[in-house]
Formats: sequence, C-alpha cells, structure tokens
Amino acid sequence: MRSVIDIVDLTTEELDGLIETAVDIIENPQKYSEICHGKKLATLFFEPSTRTRMSFEAAMYELGGNVISMTDAGSSSAAKGESVADTAKTVSCYADIIAMRHPKEGAAYVAAKAASIPVINAGDGGHCHPTQTLADLLTIYREKGGFNNLTVGLCGDLKFGRTVHSLINALSRYEKIKYVLISPEELKLPSYVKRDSIKSRNIPYIQTTELESVMPELDILYMTRVQRERFFNEEDYLRLKDSYILTPDKLQNAKKNLSIMHPLPRVNEISVSIDDDERACYFKQVLNGKYMRMALILKLLKEAGTI
Amino acid sequence: MNVDSIQNGVVIDHIEAGCGMKLYKLLGLDALDVSVALIKNVQSRKMGKKDIIKIDADINVSLDVIGYVDPGATVNIIKNGKLTEKLSIDMPDILVNVIKCKNPRCITSCEQELDQVFRLSDKNSKEYRCIYCETKATP
Repeated sequence: MRSVIDIVDLTTEELDGLIETAVDIIENPQKYSEICHGKKLATLFFEPSTRTRMSFEAAMYELGGNVISMTDAGSSSAAKGESVADTAKTVSCYADIIAMRHPKEGAAYVAAKAASIPVINAGDGGHCHPTQTLADLLTIYREKGGFNNLTVGLCGDLKFGRTVHSLINALSRYEKIKYVLISPEELKLPSYVKRDSIKSRNIPYIQTTELESVMPELDILYMTRVQRERFFNEEDYLRLKDSYILTPDKLQNAKKNLSIMHPLPRVNEISVSIDDDERACYFKQVLNGKYMRMALILKLLKEAGTI
Repeated sequence: MNVDSIQNGVVIDHIEAGCGMKLYKLLGLDALDVSVALIKNVQSRKMGKKDIIKIDADINVSLDVIGYVDPGATVNIIKNGKLTEKLSIDMPDILVNVIKCKNPRCITSCEQELDQVFRLSDKNSKEYRCIYCETKATP
C-alpha cells in the first residue's frame, strides 16, 4: 500500500503532478467537490496540532469525503499502551486513508507498514512533515512560476527544522537553485543533509550567521521558528530563540519580488508589521497546504483503487 | 603468545586492532558455552596490529555483524584442523537487531517490540542510519 512518510517518497514527476492537480483544484473546485463521496479520512493526532489537522480535515470535506478523528491521545487506546502498529491496523478497518501526527520519530513509518490503507505522515516529531513541503512547493510555484533559477535563503533553526530539510531535498531536484543558509553556529544545517541534498548535486550554497548582508540576493526567504520542544536544554533554547527577528527595516535592501515564507506557527521571528507587505506569503502557504493535501489524498486513494 | 589451533570452528582474522571486543560482544560470544579466544594486538605485517577471534565450535557467525564492525576482517571455517572455507565480508545494506537507536525521540525508544533496523547510508564513511528516525548509529 502506497503511503507518504517523507518527501523523498515522491518522485519529481509526482511532485509536479501534485502541483498540477492542486492548480486544477484551485481553478475548478466544483470538479472535485464530490470525488471522495462516501470515503473517510482518519486523522490520528497523538500530539497537539491545530493547522495541520484542520487542513487535512478541510481538504477531505472539500473533496466531498468525511473525517473521523482521534484528537486526544490522552484518552485514546494509545494511553492504554496500544502500539502504533495496532492502532493503524484497527483504524484501517474504519477508514480509507490515515493522516497521522506523532511525537516520536518514525511512528508514521511504523503505521504505514502495519496499515492496509494509505498513511500520510502529518509530522513525526522532528523528523518529517512532507505535506508542509508540498504546501511550500505550491507556494513557490504560484509566486515564482516554477522552481528553476532561484536563490533560496533558509533562516533560523536549520538543525532541527524538519521543514527545511525536506524543502531542500525537494528544491534540489530542480535546476540552478542556490542556497543561502542563515543560522547561528549551533543550529547549522546537519552535515548529512548538506552531503545528500546539496553537495552530491553540486548545488552552490553559502553559510552565514548574518541575515541582512545576504538579503539583497534572495528570491525566497524561508524563516523558521526555534522550537522549544526540540531542545533538551532550556538554557540553549532561551539563548537561541531570538537569533533572527525579521522586521521591516531588515527588508530595506531586499528584492521587490522577494517571497517571505514561514511554515507557521510563528512566535516572534516575523514581526506582525510585515504581514501587510505584499511579499509576505506565509498565510498563502496555509491555503496552499490545503490544496496540496487534497491533491495528495486524491492521488493515494486513486492508487489504492478506492476512488 | 600462543593459542592452540582449533579443530572445528571459526577464526575471524584481520580484525582492526581494538575492534575485537566490540565484535565479541555483538556476536554474542560471551553467551556461548564453548572455548573462545579473543587475542588483541597481534603483530601483523599487513596491518601492524590486529585482533583475532577463535571459536572452538562449528557455529554460524553473523557475517552482517562482522561486516558492520570491520568489513576488512576475514572469516575462516576450520574443519578437522584444516581451512575449508574463506568467507568474504562486506558491509551489509541492512542491519537488524544488531545495534540500538540511541535517539530518545525515536519510536523504538518507547515501542520495545519493534525490530532495531539500520540502513547503510554512506559506504565511504561506514555510516548507518536508523530506518525509523534516520539518526546516525554511534559506537
């Protein structure tokens, strides 16, 4: 059974196909409004999430399908000690597709191995969050018209930021991409991500701790939050959390067609005074995320022969 | 130092000096009720120093474990005091239940019945990563 756990599970052709479907959904929503009639999405969220769960649920409803949910792991069978595999097997009897978030890394992989229906990883700890990357890709596609010839600045927590790792993997498949990696020393991009997704493809990149000095070069600025839950040590978190705060004065030398992105939720990395700047794209990402989740649900249900 | 030759058993030779004990443990040789010799820092023309393990019993040793610890090691099968087979060693693509993931955030840290599976991610640097969380295996 085909599942999507990591962005690497999707080929470049499949990414392009999902974007094509999402664009068609945006242009012809009525064509898709009953396509999943009678089908059920199970949202299994073992840790709190607002936007991702609601995005999946909205996506399924807009496809004409239904949703069954487990939203509070504390009152579920997981609290009684049931394994992820058993939960996935059980839910396979009730639903046609699963979207799952779990605090432990690799949980979605375990679920996918056990389930008899497709599983979409909606975030497994600090590991993977492929549908966020799909949202990012559709946003870049709609803002820039494609993925080639872009200078992409990634700023903030590049070490634990799963969205950054996945986005780099996806964008590196396209031509003439250049990366500017902006982070504190302690939160630099892990060497294996650099090796596997950048160096192995001879993609130019620079690493810096300075945001303002590289700002004029950027076509895209992807800001990330320093996440408290990824740190074992509160002191380190407090020291690093305010490393980069994007304010209007820092955008003075930026390109006029810069796209400012953020996977959200933000804390204070982007000043609210930037929200009205036409270069701000982070709420567009939220909307694009729903369309890409619709496209992915459709693709997996079609491949499973469910629709 | 002399260690008697074995009649029927396995000799793991050309182990990188210092890796013998790790291999001894990962092969579970401490649990065997047979004669086992772990010889450390043996003079070697080719390697300078090497470790050797001699097992005085006709058992199957995991070539995957040996390939993980030291793909340069050689495995000789001895029968009736004679060398009957030399087994080639390579780094295995997948390691199952040989080492444990040390990432406390990995699903294997709370679901103990899951197999511990690692995949060879970079042969040059002998790097293995957990298939669940992609954390690099550490000695």
